[in-house]
Amino acid sequence: MADLTPEEIRHHVKTYVIVFVALAFFTVVTVAISYLDLGVGASVVLALGVASIKGSLVACYFMHLIDEKITVYWTLLITATMFLILMLLPLGNMLAQIKI
Amino acid sequence: MDIPYTVKDRPDTGLYNGKLGIWLFLGSEVMLFGGLFSAYVFLRTGAESWPTGADILNVPLATLNTLFLITSSVTMVMSWASLKLKEFDKFKLYAGLTLLLAASFLVVKYFEYTAKFHHGLFPSTNNFLGIYFTLTGLHVLHIIGGMIVIFFFWMPGAKMWESDPDRFTNRIEIVGLYWHFVDLVWIFLFPVLYLL
Repeated sequence: MADLTPEEIRHHVKTYVIVFVALAFFTVVTVAISYLDLGVGASVVLALGVASIKGSLVACYFMHLIDEKITVYWTLLITATMFLILMLLPLGNMLAQIKI
Repeated sequence: MDIPYTVKDRPDTGLYNGKLGIWLFLGSEVMLFGGLFSAYVFLRTGAESWPTGADILNVPLATLNTLFLITSSVTMVMSWASLKLKEFDKFKLYAGLTLLLAASFLVVKYFEYTAKFHHGLFPSTNNFLGIYFTLTGLHVLHIIGGMIVIFFFWMPGAKMWESDPDRFTNRIEIVGLYWHFVDLVWIFLFPVLYLL
């Protein structure tokens, strides 16, 4: 983000405002979903789905990941792989419970 | 001797050193919170019964806190954009607003915690409260850490704007990346702990 012209920065500022409105809207959606009686499975998928959209907006636009150098993407790919392994660890416990 | 690559990008990484450093640090932070999220899934799937967060926790207050953090992320990125536009006064305004919103988050969290303690709900009460206090407590520590750094650049550290404006702008970009990460963590903590 080093070589941006003032015009490009002003364009970015407009994007930040739009993203902020979207984040506020999705926050309301997240809370609204929790009041619907959808069952645990559907609630988890919807709540985490909306949270993922919000997280992606923050990462892509506020953290500028939409236009970043390849070194950052490689760092994040390794991080995401390790994070996925961490999240899959409890799966063994879940499978054992289903077996019982 | 000047520290190299504080402003210019290194030819091999394509980034200035501080930026690569913060991304590596954020990678380690993902693992720290990831380990605790994994523990949460482990505890919840292994429990015979698990309370709904909304029955124990205060959803309206947490929603308000979500809005505080989202807004603080906007003011943080606006403070960086202001420096890029050479508008130092606006930087001071937006960084000050970021601190105010962060402090508001902490005040709300204080009321949430004290209400729980008042009702005899402690981390030792059950696994849900144990993981709730661990995750949100660690997050609060990250908020406090971020506030200290932002305050430094808002007040004494802002002197660098006069001597080396490009380096100062990069410093704000780095603290901004950390701040957005803290916001991102809360975006997932909120539904996981309060709504599901």
